[in-house]
Amino acid sequence: MASTAAVPFWRSAGMTYISYSNICASLVRNCLKEPYKSEAISREKVHFSVSKWADGKPQKPTIRSDTPED
Amino acid sequence: MFRQVASRLLTRSTTTTYSAGAAATIRRPFATDVSTDTSSGDSAFTEAWKKVAPNIDPPKTPIQFMEPRPPTPSSLPSKLTVNFVLPYAAELSKAEVDMVIVPATTGQMGILPGHVPTIAELKPGLLSVHEGNDVKKYFISSGFAFVHSNSYADILAVEAIPLDRIDPAQVQKGLSEFTQKLNSASTDLDKAEAQIGVDVHSALNAALTG
Repeated sequence: MASTAAVPFWRSAGMTYISYSNICASLVRNCLKEPYKSEAISREKVHFSVSKWADGKPQKPTIRSDTPED
Repeated sequence: MFRQVASRLLTRSTTTTYSAGAAATIRRPFATDVSTDTSSGDSAFTEAWKKVAPNIDPPKTPIQFMEPRPPTPSSLPSKLTVNFVLPYAAELSKAEVDMVIVPATTGQMGILPGHVPTIAELKPGLLSVHEGNDVKKYFISSGFAFVHSNSYADILAVEAIPLDRIDPAQVQKGLSEFTQKLNSASTDLDKAEAQIGVDVHSALNAALTG
C-alpha cells in the first residue's frame, strides 16, 4: 500500500506548511484597514541574529531585522 | 519503510530493556484511557516518601497542579465549548456556543455539540460562530481545528480578522496583481506563491461579497 495522499500544490513546489501559513497570514494582514494594519505590522516585526557554528565555535553572526537601523 | 513505522505506531508497543522475552512489548495506554483524576498524585512517590519521612507531608508533584481533561459527558451536551486562539491573543476562551462553521481544506465544516472527534486543517476562509441568533464572522488566514469527544473545539488560526476590518480596494488590487503574477510565473516556487496569493485574495473577496 503506497502512500499516495494528494500533496497540496505548495508542498510539491518545495514549500513547507510553515512558509505557506506565514505567507497567507502576511497577505491577509496587508488587506487590513488602517489603524489595524499598522498595529498588525508592528506586532509582527522581528529582530534576531543568527550565527552558524563550525568546529564548536560560532561564526560571524548575521542580524535580520524589520526595525530600521539607526 | 513507512509501512513498518505505521504498523508499529498502531500497536503502540514499547520495548523494555529488562526482559527480552515476555515483557518485550508493553502496550502504552491511549491518552483517553489514562485516569484523569490527578488530585491524589503519584501513589508510588507518596509511598516511597512516607517510608523515608513519615512525619512530613509529601510535596505536591506537578501533575497535581494540572487541570484534568474535562470528561466526556454520557449524554449529548447542549452547547459546544470553543477555544478560538491566535498566536498573540485568545479570541474566545471556553465560550459556550451552539455551532461553529470552519473553513476546512475539504470545504466548510459545521461543528455541533457531539461532533465526532476531528482534526481539520483550515484554508483561508470564513469562520462563523453561531450563538442563539448572533453570528460572529471572522476571516482566517490558515490554521487547524480540533474537535474533542467532550464537545470542546479548539480552533487555532494565525490571523483572524472581523469582516469590517477588511479593505476591499486592497483585496481587488491584490487579486489582480497575483493573477498577473500567476500568468507570468516561471519557476514552481513562483507559481506556488502566486497561486497562494490568488487563493487568499479570492477567499477574501468571497467573504466580503458572500
